[in-house]
Amino acid sequence: MENNTEPVKTITLTIDDLPVTVPEGTTILDAAQTIDHAIPAICYHDATTANGLCRVCVVDVNGGRLLQPACILPCQDGMVVQTRNERVERSRRTILEMLNSAVDLAQAPTVQTLLDDYQIDRGRFPGSERREHVLLDDNPFYVRDYSQCLLCWRCVQVCADDAQYTFALTWGDRGFHTHISTAFQVDMPESSCVFCGQCVGVCPTGALKPKIEFGLEHGWSLEQIRENTRRGRKRKP
Amino acid sequence: MVTAPLEDILSKYEGRARDALLPVLWDIQTAYGYISPDAARAVSHLLRIPAADIYGVISFYSLFSDQPTGETVIQVCTDPACGLAGSDEILRELCAELSIDPGDMTPDGRWTVRATTCLGLCEHAPAALINRRGSGAFSHAPITHSVDLLNGTEKPHQGILGGQTNIFLSGTDGQRRQTLDEYGDYQGLRHALNSLTPQQVSAEVEASGLVGRGGAGFPTGMKWRFTWQAPFQPHYVVCNADESEPGTFKDRVLMEHRPHLLLEGIALCAYAVGAQQAFIFIRGEYPEAEQCLRDAIREAESAGLIGDRVMETDFSLHIEIRRGAGAYICGEETALFEAIEGKRGFPRIKPPFPTTHGVFHKPTSINNVETLCAAPGIVLHGAEWFRPWGTIKSVGLKLVSVSGHVNRPGVYEIPFGISLRALLETHCRGVRGTLQAVLMGGAAGTFLTPDEIDVPLTYEGLQAIGSTLGSGAVMVFNDTADLRDVLRRLARFFAHESCGKCFPCQLGTQRQMEILERSDHALPGDRDRLSDIGFTMTQASLCGLGQTAAAAVLSALQKWPGLVEA
Repeated sequence: MENNTEPVKTITLTIDDLPVTVPEGTTILDAAQTIDHAIPAICYHDATTANGLCRVCVVDVNGGRLLQPACILPCQDGMVVQTRNERVERSRRTILEMLNSAVDLAQAPTVQTLLDDYQIDRGRFPGSERREHVLLDDNPFYVRDYSQCLLCWRCVQVCADDAQYTFALTWGDRGFHTHISTAFQVDMPESSCVFCGQCVGVCPTGALKPKIEFGLEHGWSLEQIRENTRRGRKRKP
Repeated sequence: MVTAPLEDILSKYEGRARDALLPVLWDIQTAYGYISPDAARAVSHLLRIPAADIYGVISFYSLFSDQPTGETVIQVCTDPACGLAGSDEILRELCAELSIDPGDMTPDGRWTVRATTCLGLCEHAPAALINRRGSGAFSHAPITHSVDLLNGTEKPHQGILGGQTNIFLSGTDGQRRQTLDEYGDYQGLRHALNSLTPQQVSAEVEASGLVGRGGAGFPTGMKWRFTWQAPFQPHYVVCNADESEPGTFKDRVLMEHRPHLLLEGIALCAYAVGAQQAFIFIRGEYPEAEQCLRDAIREAESAGLIGDRVMETDFSLHIEIRRGAGAYICGEETALFEAIEGKRGFPRIKPPFPTTHGVFHKPTSINNVETLCAAPGIVLHGAEWFRPWGTIKSVGLKLVSVSGHVNRPGVYEIPFGISLRALLETHCRGVRGTLQAVLMGGAAGTFLTPDEIDVPLTYEGLQAIGSTLGSGAVMVFNDTADLRDVLRRLARFFAHESCGKCFPCQLGTQRQMEILERSDHALPGDRDRLSDIGFTMTQASLCGLGQTAAAAVLSALQKWPGLVEA
């Protein structure tokens, strides 16, 4: 196409006191990557729409009143971005400490690395409510352990119009007690799920797990694995 | 009790799109007391919405239920103003009388009783909202005896109004709605349609210095101009009548008493921004105000003041009421759009802003009730008419909602610039007892100490002492109030109302509440914890709810550090 020969407009900004030039439309997250200043993020995934949920990627832009999500904000000429100043670090550390106090993150290696990087106090919020859910094992393909769910929304998004257009998943309740659910919490086989597996593929924690993997972890025999994954036998927790 | 069969309800919505979801769910909720999976499936087929999405919507809004509720549902407000007036005791008595716990239904299916967040009846505290299956809702305040709620001895509230009453409250005695005959012709609108271009209307409003009265203070004329200029069609007007800030009830009073002033303001806005369709999004907790608006719309339509070819000109305007279903977050403009569109009330990322991407992602001017009510006078009399009241930076008259320990709580129309002391001592006839604290701006506001009440009530005056006028809520506490208890109620409010979208607010409102719940026996480090949570919510949350959810707590800790031991 002839239009492709038109030069792409570029943007020049400052990230952590370094000049950076990127094509117009580049997010701060991607721009920082070009100078190897990795900005941490939890909910962000290349294949899903960025919603700015986890706010771990927040950065200071021009010293503004609010911190801005780097995964969404496009670079603008002359922007002055700080990816690791005191405001940013305090917010990130507090979010991580609160998250760790609410969710079972033991099987979320990328998040564990972040918790270590930020040297968080793992006991920062004593006596606080955790989000605990019963393990859901209602289909032959995968198990759902929402105690490990950190609400990144990726599964809901790939199930809906980011990929599969199946619309089996939604959110129940709101606030701290928000949880991922099928319609009226029916078992997966009774929902519109087509078992494409994309939700399992994008889950950043152990909340969604292939059943074979789950079985191996729990010492199932080959026979048990075959039994449990091929016949769709329901096993109530 | 007569319940419409589900088919009759559904047939009303044949051929409609997803934005009919909240209306149809309201009809089902009212008829059956809950929305069953079968009913939701039928709605899913009718409106072609995934069943999961419908469940997500039902479980988001407090006034929808997926479990059966009693024939009568009584919700007692336990937020600060009602809490101070003894609503906990009333809730307890009610539950004891019926032998149930709050939130439960009696075994015979007649009653459900639960606590709720602010009902916007703070001047009549304590207040309750009563939903009767089949016939809808009404409010009850003040509650003097819990048994009145069971006997159905309805106590309609009347307005308690005062102040200068030149713009907003003129011609009303607080007893009942002003009819169209009493209000008269829409003179401002007639003047605009006959003599002004849409741009001239915006310019007049911009010149008046009017800024948004919902709390954010954005210049109104500028918002109208931006919407007019947006290149995509159609354009919309949305009136934000989702007044849910604890301690704020001025918009309720305006809608109950002067609905025609609001309708005329909406019509002017629609003319100025080039819209033919307007929505009034009113919270589900305001049944009386909603009825007043419905009656007023009918009057105005038959008089040719709204509808097709208004006043026989080429300007047409249709105004539709949309009822919220119990979610404070829907006062946030983009969450409100999502609710109109039939979705969970999740706020959107801004930019883009509503003037280009509003409801249905079309250019939208969204304005607060009070803001729109200021427009008819400005357009009729000119910008200069508005400016003599107030100060250079805070122009005009302002409605304030005063509740708590004053002798005469109510809605007062005051010129910007009078002191808080004058408001309390003159208009409200003094504080009951010895003043301990004032919460300015509602749950999302900040506390003032008794030696700060000479502050002038202006945007700049309050800003100068680190406070905010917000929506004009003034909650007064005397020395009998336990401020820890007040903070707990505020924290519970935000934990209940956080939408759950972004991590800082979803986690922070919960942790803030937990720490304040134990503040009588705080753990070492609790003050630092609150400080970190508050800092993070304020700076990193996605929307205004999270960004202000710690404001009152942080201001209280600054002024009374002893409330939470370090």
